[in-house]
Amino acid sequence: MKPGLTRRGLIGRSVATAGGLAAVPLVTPAEAAIPAAPAPVRTPEMVDIVLQVNGRRLPLTIEPRVSLLDALREQAGLTGTKKGCDRGSCGACTVHVDGRRVNSCLTLAIRCQGRAVTTIEGLAEGDELHPVQAAFIRHDAFQCGYCTPGQIMAATALLDEGHAGSDAEIREYMAGNICRCGAYNHIVDAIRDVASQAAGKG
Amino acid sequence: MYDFTYQKPSSIADAVKLLAEPEAKALAGGQTFIPVLKQRLNKPSTLVDLAGLGLAGIKAEGDKITIGAMTTHGAIAASPEIKKAIPGLSMMAGWIGDTQVRHCGTMGGSLANNDPSACYPAAVLALNATIVTDKRRIGADEYFQGMFTTALATDELITSIEFALPVEKSAYEKFRNPASRYAMVGVFVAKSAAGVRVAVTGASQNGVFRHTEMEQALSGNWSPDAIAHIKTPPGGLNSDIHGSAEYRAHLITVMAKRAVAAAS
Ligand SMILES: Cc1cc2nc3c(=O)[nH]c(=O)nc-3n(C[C@H](O)[C@H](O)[C@H](O)COP(=O)(O)OP(=O)(O)OC[C@H]3O[C@@H](n4cnc5c(N)ncnc54)[C@H](O)[C@@H]3O)c2cc1C
Ligand code: FES
Ligand code: FES
Repeated sequence: MKPGLTRRGLIGRSVATAGGLAAVPLVTPAEAAIPAAPAPVRTPEMVDIVLQVNGRRLPLTIEPRVSLLDALREQAGLTGTKKGCDRGSCGACTVHVDGRRVNSCLTLAIRCQGRAVTTIEGLAEGDELHPVQAAFIRHDAFQCGYCTPGQIMAATALLDEGHAGSDAEIREYMAGNICRCGAYNHIVDAIRDVASQAAGKG
Repeated sequence: MYDFTYQKPSSIADAVKLLAEPEAKALAGGQTFIPVLKQRLNKPSTLVDLAGLGLAGIKAEGDKITIGAMTTHGAIAASPEIKKAIPGLSMMAGWIGDTQVRHCGTMGGSLANNDPSACYPAAVLALNATIVTDKRRIGADEYFQGMFTTALATDELITSIEFALPVEKSAYEKFRNPASRYAMVGVFVAKSAAGVRVAVTGASQNGVFRHTEMEQALSGNWSPDAIAHIKTPPGGLNSDIHGSAEYRAHLITVMAKRAVAAAS
């Protein structure tokens, strides 16, 4: 696919090819967020917290047991982050907290107050995809796409951590992200591509 | 997950007071405890978040390295002081789970939990480290008391772990479960003022243990050949879908030889 591919272009294309079937955007910018679910009935355990998600203030009323993953999906309407296993084994729920990748299913939302949370919805600059998102499309680094937001969040962190030195190193440091479709080879291709582009520029 | 109330105390004294309630539980990295709560295997009234106690950090002095209980696996793996003084510990921390887990999971949490497949128990036992709590100091040999069982009282908090220096040799080798990356068998070998110590995790139904036959063999001759002939009886070893007791017995010698070679 052409470099500089945009989300809008991609959606337009998939709508056309799918013959009018509802297209699922790969990334949903925060401003186009799916309307949040109505706030649940307030129980005595509930507390008011404020999160910073993708650079925006996100006030929430939650029970302390709510995971960051559920807060993002169920309350903030940010459904790009996926729930696979819900217990730390698959990486589908990977987000960044203060710049470090974590499994949002094993993170209580209440512990994230005052910390910067970045989700897949926060990677693109307007209509311009993040280089890792664009590389995943170029290299066909997914089949069903369910693991993809987590893979991309892990991959962007891996590049920042400087662990893209070799294919073996990429595989080792992507080990927390399982792909049930087995798109691993293309995922490694996409990450290597972004790493070498960055190295070429630098 | 059952409901609980959440508290984030800012002093150890307050944390211990909160933990004195019968159903209160401490929360460190949550990488073990949150899954436990999700499976409703535990029903705490209050979760006491240890993140506000200032227990994260690594302090290297001349004759010891002190690691705060809330220090993450990632921070331990990244520490240049630990890499220099105890390379085996650095290696071990960098191999736990995956990067996401290492960013949250803590050394104190792992030791308090004492999972029979966890890595730190092997390092702490082989290096004869001291577990420092809000109440006392506990030597490694007394601390581990069988799987998921330790010398800690229910309202006792690990505050730090001390490793005496110098450590002449240290290395850890594990055969990872390919999915979870926990140790099917992990062996930590060390040579320090405490002598030669070999600790095995992942293998036994009773959790981490010292392999005294290997310790004796290595005391005379630090080389993989010195232990190549040593066989561990499979009785009492774990047997599950990942491997039989006999297979784990075999892995102990293989991992121990590799660890000795890595620390030569
Ligand atoms: C996918 C995955 C892979 C993993 N792979 C490995 C691996 O390869 N090797 C390995 O060793 N581990 C592995 N782990 C476990 C991980 O290392 C955990 O971080 C660790 O076992 C628990 O630490 P925690 O800080 O998350 O503690 P928590 O889960 O918060 O707490 C665990 C228990 O310890 C208690 N506790 C916590 N801190 C203290 C304290 N300071 N004093 C007293 N009690 C305390 C809590 O009350 C709780 O009962 C893995 C976990 C996951 C999810
Ligand atoms: S959903 Fe969080 S790791 Fe699988
Ligand atoms: S693309 Fe289907 S799980 Fe990875």
